[in-house]
Amino acid sequence: MQMDYSSIITERPATDMRSSIVAGARAVLPIAIAASAFGVSFGILARDAGMGVVAPLVFSFTTFAGSAQFAAVSVLEQGGALPAAIVAAVLLNLRYLAIGVAVAPALRGGRARRLAEAQLAVDESWAVAQSDGHIDRGRFLGAALALLAAWTSGTALGVLGGGSFGDPQSYGIDAMFPALFLALLVGQLGSRSALRAALLGGTIALVLIPVAPAGVPVIAAVTGALIALQGGRA
Amino acid sequence: MSTPWIVVLTVGAATIALKGAGTLLLGSRTLPSPAQAVIALLAPSLLAGLIVVQTLAADGALAIDARLAGVAAAAVALALRAPLLVALAAAAAVAAAARALGAA
Repeated sequence: MQMDYSSIITERPATDMRSSIVAGARAVLPIAIAASAFGVSFGILARDAGMGVVAPLVFSFTTFAGSAQFAAVSVLEQGGALPAAIVAAVLLNLRYLAIGVAVAPALRGGRARRLAEAQLAVDESWAVAQSDGHIDRGRFLGAALALLAAWTSGTALGVLGGGSFGDPQSYGIDAMFPALFLALLVGQLGSRSALRAALLGGTIALVLIPVAPAGVPVIAAVTGALIALQGGRA
Repeated sequence: MSTPWIVVLTVGAATIALKGAGTLLLGSRTLPSPAQAVIALLAPSLLAGLIVVQTLAADGALAIDARLAGVAAAAVALALRAPLLVALAAAAAVAAAARALGAA
């Protein structure tokens, strides 16, 4: 395939960009397989919550953030109030304010283009593409597009074929989420300050779980990065 | 409008704004280096927070259940340098087994 493109593209950076996108998609492939399984379980939950077929698909495509979508739909499925479902999801997604700032330097083009590219930021695409705060643009786009395809197609499979899969919890799917984040974390622990940030973030979240509303412990974990930095300088 | 659509559109719009705010406000400017140093440490702190919450939080309280057994199994698999999908499968299988044996 690459041979076919080389005649069209004269600019060297463009071919580098293409191989970088492919590398990102390859790197994220095992995660994308897991993400499609999560998508199936989200689709099943959404169907059980009476969301219909189209709404869960639009949800996965626009929000594209698993934990927030699960939180919102779980609240609805348990008969919770509408504002509670919205607040839980938005709180969980507050971290994307920070991730959005982190990926901003890697985005290109006009405002509309950058706004669209920023939507591709999810925990996994960001973690796969970043090292020491620097984002590889091609890896980011490749990883994110593979994840988006996996997540939305998984959602469709879950919504349409839900009944034949049974209860995702009985397969232990919910334990796969933290396991995936653990694997991503291992790849981020290159320095002592990173290790310190992780320990602080985990501890802060742990302490806040019993006292703060859902979503707050994860956002508060971000302050672990600040404290780790201060500690490193002292 | 039905409840699911209100959730989908409200949360969708809020998420688009949250993800997009960084690039719209920053443009092509780069952050000062102290802020960059913090951003470099965001990933480990945030991922650790997510792991703790998704392993131990249940309805606003701490809970030790089948998920912890699953994540422990994944940790062992990762320590043994198993491929990611093997580690994830171990997490799911051990959590499912713990649940089948009566863990919550």
